[in-house]
Amino acid sequence: MSQQGPIACAHCGLPVPADLVRPDGEASYCCQGCETVAGAIAACGLERYYALKDESSGGPANPTGRSYAELDDPAFHELHVQGLQGGLLRTELYLSDVHCAACVWLVERLPYLREGCHEARLELRRGVVHLSWDPREVQLSELARTLDGLGYPPRPASGASQRERRRAEDRRHMLRIGIAGALAGNVMLFAFALYSGDFAGIEAHHRALFRGVSLVLTIIIVLGPGRGFLKGAFGALRARRAHMDLPIAIGISAGTIWGAVNTIRGAGEVYFDTVSVLVFLLLIGRWLQHRQRRQAHDAVEELFSLTPAVAHLVDGDELRDVPVESLQQGQRVRVLAGETVPADGVLVRGRSSFDLAVLTGESRPVPIDVGERVQAGTTNMSAVVELEVETTGEATRLGRLLALVERAAERRAPVERLADRVAAWFVVVVIALAALTATAWAFIDPSRAVENAVALLIITCPCALGLATPLALVASVGRAARRGILIKGGETLEALSRAGHAWLDKTGTLTEGRTAVLRFHGERRWLTVAAALEAEVSHPTAKAIVAAADPGPLPAVEQGQIEVAARGVQGTVEGALIQLGSRAWLVEQGVSIEPGIDATADEWAEDGVSPVLIAADGRTVALAGCGDPVRAESAAALRQLEQRGWTTGILSGDHPRVVAAVAQQLGLGASAAHGAVSPEDKLSRVEQSHEQGPVLMVGDGVNDAAALSAATVGVAVHGGAEASLAAADVYLTRPGLEPVVELLDGAKATMGIIRRNLAVSLVYNLVGAGLAMSGVITPLVAAVLMPISSLTVVTLSYRSRSFPERG
Amino acid sequence: MSVLFIALPVALVLVTASITAFTWAMRRGQFDDLDTPAVRILHDSDDPGDNA
Repeated sequence: MSQQGPIACAHCGLPVPADLVRPDGEASYCCQGCETVAGAIAACGLERYYALKDESSGGPANPTGRSYAELDDPAFHELHVQGLQGGLLRTELYLSDVHCAACVWLVERLPYLREGCHEARLELRRGVVHLSWDPREVQLSELARTLDGLGYPPRPASGASQRERRRAEDRRHMLRIGIAGALAGNVMLFAFALYSGDFAGIEAHHRALFRGVSLVLTIIIVLGPGRGFLKGAFGALRARRAHMDLPIAIGISAGTIWGAVNTIRGAGEVYFDTVSVLVFLLLIGRWLQHRQRRQAHDAVEELFSLTPAVAHLVDGDELRDVPVESLQQGQRVRVLAGETVPADGVLVRGRSSFDLAVLTGESRPVPIDVGERVQAGTTNMSAVVELEVETTGEATRLGRLLALVERAAERRAPVERLADRVAAWFVVVVIALAALTATAWAFIDPSRAVENAVALLIITCPCALGLATPLALVASVGRAARRGILIKGGETLEALSRAGHAWLDKTGTLTEGRTAVLRFHGERRWLTVAAALEAEVSHPTAKAIVAAADPGPLPAVEQGQIEVAARGVQGTVEGALIQLGSRAWLVEQGVSIEPGIDATADEWAEDGVSPVLIAADGRTVALAGCGDPVRAESAAALRQLEQRGWTTGILSGDHPRVVAAVAQQLGLGASAAHGAVSPEDKLSRVEQSHEQGPVLMVGDGVNDAAALSAATVGVAVHGGAEASLAAADVYLTRPGLEPVVELLDGAKATMGIIRRNLAVSLVYNLVGAGLAMSGVITPLVAAVLMPISSLTVVTLSYRSRSFPERG
Repeated sequence: MSVLFIALPVALVLVTASITAFTWAMRRGQFDDLDTPAVRILHDSDDPGDNA
């Protein structure tokens, strides 16, 4: 290669670090992942991939090298695999890192690479591959390993039956639009002939024929694709509630029936073109809204399946990967360091520290020993352990919390929508006016009474309410998604336009949710020495100390004997015996604690910072204070929330002392910061706050999930747990609180647009209603004028700017 | 007898045919994924071994 500047990775195109560039001009790779994947691609004879590939690809490859044995387990097949004819099986898997045409090509080569794989079809937008294979020739795990080797680590797509139902629903929706469109187009053609006939003359039997055919087609549209509106209107009538569908249903059925009467008696006007096109346009409006919501759901669902649902089952001497769903009480399960605990149980081998933040919100890892209980969903931080399963699935603490989430969601009152509220009196007024018009004209000129009432119904057709409000919401939701804010439903924006109470979780929301060295006392070189010891340890505190050490090579650990207990570490560095850990552990080891260091440690503990003592040759020499650092932008974001009229407060499961320290740093009063709050307490506090207006809850953990679903609007922040994603109305793909402020501003702007749309269409309808009542316009003129108001409002919705793009 | 009495049934037959075709395509899942087929057409070769 004779190019200038940095060498590009032969697989992903990113710059190759200088120390990985091959001098002899051979292909160089930016990382081990890319090299592995490129090797696999070459071994399969698939180099053509690079010819098909985009310049701008998705970044370095990241194969995991996992065995995927759990995909062959009967329990997995039960849940995710469907049988086909001839003994074939099929399933869907989510693939990571799918981004361009070349990915489609590569993935769809799978049947050529593995005997027994019959089909592999990739859906590019969702990154889902549909596989069908012959279980007598090949196992699913082998296909999964091949995909992994090519750089697309697969994960099972959850909820197959639900997806099937949604797909059927999508198809029905599209079908309704297609039928309505085709028929409405034909009705329009007949209408052209009829209109031109009005001017140029038309034979009576032709006119009758055209009208008759239009009538039949319109009845098909109204009773077929338009049935949903009629059903909605009947439902609303039975519930004695005004509903968007009611004026629409009255409009289309009045138009159809009056047109039918005129067709049969062979006089007066027909409105079949208006009615059929109206149904077609309204269906499109509904579909746009529906699709937007579906996309947000898809994005969240994909995040769901990021968690591998695998447990390492200890079966005698053998270790097997099985799906979590198949675990039974009494079985032994191994949990490696860094993995999530799959079930509630008792630790029977090893000891380690566990991150319980997902359940309790506590930021500090908790040491757990043999005989003690661990809960599903918590993370094993440091050492390999085995546990005996006690409860699984819904019976676990995590499962019970999720049930709480569902109950909270059911109890929540639905958001009252502005359009529905306006529709309520709009419908009443329009029907009253139509009745008034008909009665008044019955006295003035009986032959025009029905015609003028129909003109009124047509010109006041609630297109703006039916189409423009959803369009404004859809446009905003789409723009928000591009800014990293995924909104599940448009009504969320309406709910946020009024200020109320904002509750924020601490760990992972206001803070970064990871351990870092916040303070250091003593000579800096001790930190480097401590880092040398901790470099071998995977405990979060150890990682924090390594990250905090000055850059440069670490001194070598001379004595290989690094003792890793759950509470401390020791080893020989530069000839000195170094020990670091908690005060209690060092005292146990016979280390003498300097009074100065002891006092500082106590002081830090008061502030919610965990002290780690460093001792050299039996004497304490330095002190590192570890904790969860507060995000730099949290304070500013809180101020902005307060400026917008929101009352803010912290709800955290963490130790009250830590919560108080964070609140102080953020300039919040002590009364607004609540520590040691259980998930149930979070829920009840959120429910209490409803009395003072809308409640915004921002959180990330399972312990927040019930509160998120009970709040008027629940916001799950970047990196949040699966359960919180499911419970929340909004999911932020960017870290920190800034997107929350942006969400509030966007909601306000969106509501401004909707109000303007409603005002424009109401003014228009008022004028139109006046003209129709006074008999100035005929139903035909009304039908021509009606779409103009809709067009105005649609244009206004799309030209407005909520959620502006920034820098 | 006007030509309309022939043209009109023809138009109705065409509408019925197009709706039937659309329904068939919809049920077969032709509209489920609108992005991938556009790139799949770029893959001219069905045999991965031709460049080895």
